Order: sequence, then C-alpha cells, then structure tokens
Amino acid sequence: MIRIKAAGKTFRTGGRITVALSPVDLEIGNGEFVSLIGPSGCGKSTLLNMIAGIVPVSAGAIEHDARPIAGPNTQAGYMTQQDSLLPWRTASENIALPLVIRGVPKSAIVARVSQMLALVGLHNFGGHYPAELSGGMRKRVALAQCLAYNPGTLLLDEPFGALDAQLKLLMQAELMRIWESDRKTIVFVTHDLTEAITLSDRVVVFSSRPGRIKEIRRIDLPRPRDPLKIQFDAGFRELHQSLWDALAPEIELARNEALA
Amino acid sequence: MNLPTKEAAGALIGPEGAEALAAGRAGDAHFGLAIRAGQVGIGALLLLVWHVVSGRWIDPFFISSPDAVAIKLWTWTADGTLWNAFTYTFKAMMLGFVIGSLAGFATGFVLGRSDLLARLFDPYITALYCMPKIALAPLLILWFGIGIESKVAMSALIVFFLVFLNTFSGVRDVNPLYLHVTGIMGASSLQQLRLVIFPSAAAWVLTGLKVSVPYALIGAVVGELISSNRGIGFLIGQASGLFDTAGVFAGLAVLAATGIILNAGLKKLETRLLRWRGQR
Repeated sequence: MIRIKAAGKTFRTGGRITVALSPVDLEIGNGEFVSLIGPSGCGKSTLLNMIAGIVPVSAGAIEHDARPIAGPNTQAGYMTQQDSLLPWRTASENIALPLVIRGVPKSAIVARVSQMLALVGLHNFGGHYPAELSGGMRKRVALAQCLAYNPGTLLLDEPFGALDAQLKLLMQAELMRIWESDRKTIVFVTHDLTEAITLSDRVVVFSSRPGRIKEIRRIDLPRPRDPLKIQFDAGFRELHQSLWDALAPEIELARNEALA
Repeated sequence: MNLPTKEAAGALIGPEGAEALAAGRAGDAHFGLAIRAGQVGIGALLLLVWHVVSGRWIDPFFISSPDAVAIKLWTWTADGTLWNAFTYTFKAMMLGFVIGSLAGFATGFVLGRSDLLARLFDPYITALYCMPKIALAPLLILWFGIGIESKVAMSALIVFFLVFLNTFSGVRDVNPLYLHVTGIMGASSLQQLRLVIFPSAAAWVLTGLKVSVPYALIGAVVGELISSNRGIGFLIGQASGLFDTAGVFAGLAVLAATGIILNAGLKKLETRLLRWRGQR
C-alpha cells in the first residue's frame, strides 16, 4: 500500500519558487495497477520520483507499507524512460545487478538471470552489451532487471515512451501478462491515454502546472485485456472519450503556458 | 573487440546477413593487412629518401644518414651504452608515470566527488595547469639533485595533471540516473563506487593514462638533457655537443620506438577494458 498524504513539491530556482506539484492525496492498494497521466510538466514524474525516494517531498509525506519514505525506496523496482542499463555490463550482468547488490549467492543469480532472460524472450542475448541491442531489446532487459529481485512494487516512468507503436503494444502485452500472473503493485506514468486505459485499474488525471489531481477514474474493463483489441471495445471508447474531455483542456493550458 | 558470433548475428539478421558479415570481416582483415604494408612502405620510402638526400644534396653533418644511425645504434648496443641509458631513462619514466598516475587519480577522484573541495582548489589547479611544467625543471633539479629523483619528479608532475584532469572529469561525468537506479536497488555508497563510478570513469582515466605515456618520456628526457650523466636524454645531449648527428638521431629513434610500443600496449588494454562501447 502506497499512501500519499498531501505530498507536494516546490523548486527554488534563482530566487523564484516554482510549484511542480500541489499537495496531492492518493492511496494505491497492493496489487493495484494505477496510471498517472497529464500534460508535460504536471508533476506526474515528480510524484513517481518522490515515491521512488530519489526526490524529497517539500510538503506532506509518502508512506510505503506504513513506512515513511526517506531516501531511495528499496521496496520498489524503478524503470525509467531513458536507458538506465549500465553500458559496461552485458544484458545478463545488468539483470544480475540488483541481485549482486543484495548479495544473492552466485549460483542463484545465474539461475534467476536465465529465467528472466527467457521471460522477456532474450535467452540468446545475455552476452550482449546494451550498445549491441536494439531499443526494444534494451527495454526488455530493463524490465527483466526490474523484475529480477521480485520487488512487490514497480514504478514505471514512461517505460515504453520511446518505442514505436508495434513494439509498444508487444511490451504492453508482456507487462500485462506478467502483472496478471503475480499481481504486483504498479504505478505507471504515461502521457498516452490509450496506454493508461488499456493497462490500469485506475487512471489518475493531473492538471497542468501547478499539477494537482483533476480526476480519478476506475477502469472496469474485463481482464485479461488484449492491448491490440481492447481499443475497439465500446466501453473502452466511452472511457477514452470522457477521460480525454478531462485531459484535453489541461494539455491546451500547458501548451499555452509553454508558448507564453 | 567483442564481435557477436556468427550464430548470434544470424539470429538478428538471418543467415545471409551473417554470411555477408563474416565475409565483410574477412575483407576487413585483408584491408588491415594492406594498411600495415602501406605503413611499412612509407617508412621504407622515407628511409630511402633520407639515404639518397644525405651527402648528395644536404651535408650529412646536419642530417646524418640511415646507415650511420644504424651503425651508431649497433655500436651502442654492442658496448652496452644503449642498454644502460635505456634502462635509466625507462626507470625514471616508469616511476614518474606510476607516481604521477596514482597521485593524479587519487586527487582527481577526491575533488571529483566533492563539490566543495573542487571549488576551493579550482584557481590553484588552473594556475598550475596553465604553467608550462618544463619551466619547473631547474627548480626540481635544485630540490631533488641531478640524480634520477629529479627526472622522476619532472615526469610525475606532468603525468599528474593529465591523469588528474581526466579522472576529475570522469568522476563528474557519471550519469546521475545510474546512481538513482542502483540506489533504489539498494546499493550502498561503496557498492555504487565499485559498480557505477569506477567503471564509468574508467574510459576517462584510461585516456588520461594513454596520453600521459609520451609526456612521462618527455619529463624524464628533459630532466636528463638539462643535467645528467646518464640516460637517453644525456646521450642525445652529449652527441649533439660533439656534433655527432648520427648519435642524436639514434637517441631519437630509441625514444620514438619506446613511445610507440608503450602506446600500442595501452591501446590493447583500452580495447579490452572498454569493449562494451562496441565498434565505433
């Protein structure tokens, strides 16, 4: 359970104070898949980084399983939009990294890594360095790394943002399959509404800067969901339309602010 | 280079592609051989030109001749002069290189990790960096005498700055994302040092070491040229004092060969340690 209690963030840059995120309240249950969506600069990534413990809160508090977060949140796996694989480690060595850090015995690491490589369909590429892999393969390695030490919670910051449309669908399907088999808590930041609805139990819509929660919508579409087909479902289209009505004016506002 | 195996490549690009890749690699090998032959050819041509010009158009007093230099190298080798001088210079250079690299690495590392120290020392480091280190040679001889110590000091001083600056930049260049991500995985600061900061800075440090090698040699030889009775620098100085151009060229040839061999060794080490960068 992640409990966000009036957590906000302000930055001070050269005497000027910028509010990145107005204080927000949100509770994310165990095994729940929650997406945070909003225009750029709305503070959704900031909120995720605060849950991850790499950005301190300026106000309020965040608790993860009843423990306040102060410093890197080691109960969670974190996957970023940018490549965070260490380029000097092979795919296998990258997947092994969290296990090495946790002092897992070597034989157990070897077994776990090959299991993870198989899970993301890369068993032939364990010995390759990130520079030798395609963008989609690197994402799959990063996902395998995240899952390798079996954290109960995954924090995903636009993990598929840089992928082309087809690859994105494949990765979404893969993530759904994994999530449906062992029900981790997932907090998923995205700016893609279709992606948010396809994957989530709840979608949280943020307003433009200073970000606050504008709407929280439960997605009651039946599971398992097929990312390829669900978009043609009537219920999906309805949800998409009403959430888009909430989101569109915020995107417009954010754009005007950026232009001003 | 860590080239993917033919099988792994086949999985990526299909069997025909893998064949083409393998053929391309064989082609590369042929090309490499041709380049090597060309390099030797250029050397031979230069020697030939030198040989022809010397005595015919230019007085050998100024440029000596390849055969005179070869004879000089042979006599020096035969009577042990060369070995004595070489080991002396090499020892000074290696000591300077090792001391300078270690000190430069340690300082670069500490200042790179601490913003406060980096800002405090910045003007002094810039001042020392801008100063031509060769100008310190007389002072070093005054401090350390005319023995090997002053040559080691000269060489260490020059190497220090090169390695220091590279290590400093390397440690600062670490992607903060890598530190965040490993932090969430539960890494301690010590683990981050070992798993992230050292490997990330390694490329910079290696570059620093590589450019330092010729400078370490310069440091040692300059020291010997200014005041010494041993070493390759001394041989060059002495030969030029006696208007023995062949001796000067022989000394220079030895220095050039030493530099080339050391550089090749470090390059090999670099490719091995940095094979993750892939082909560039």
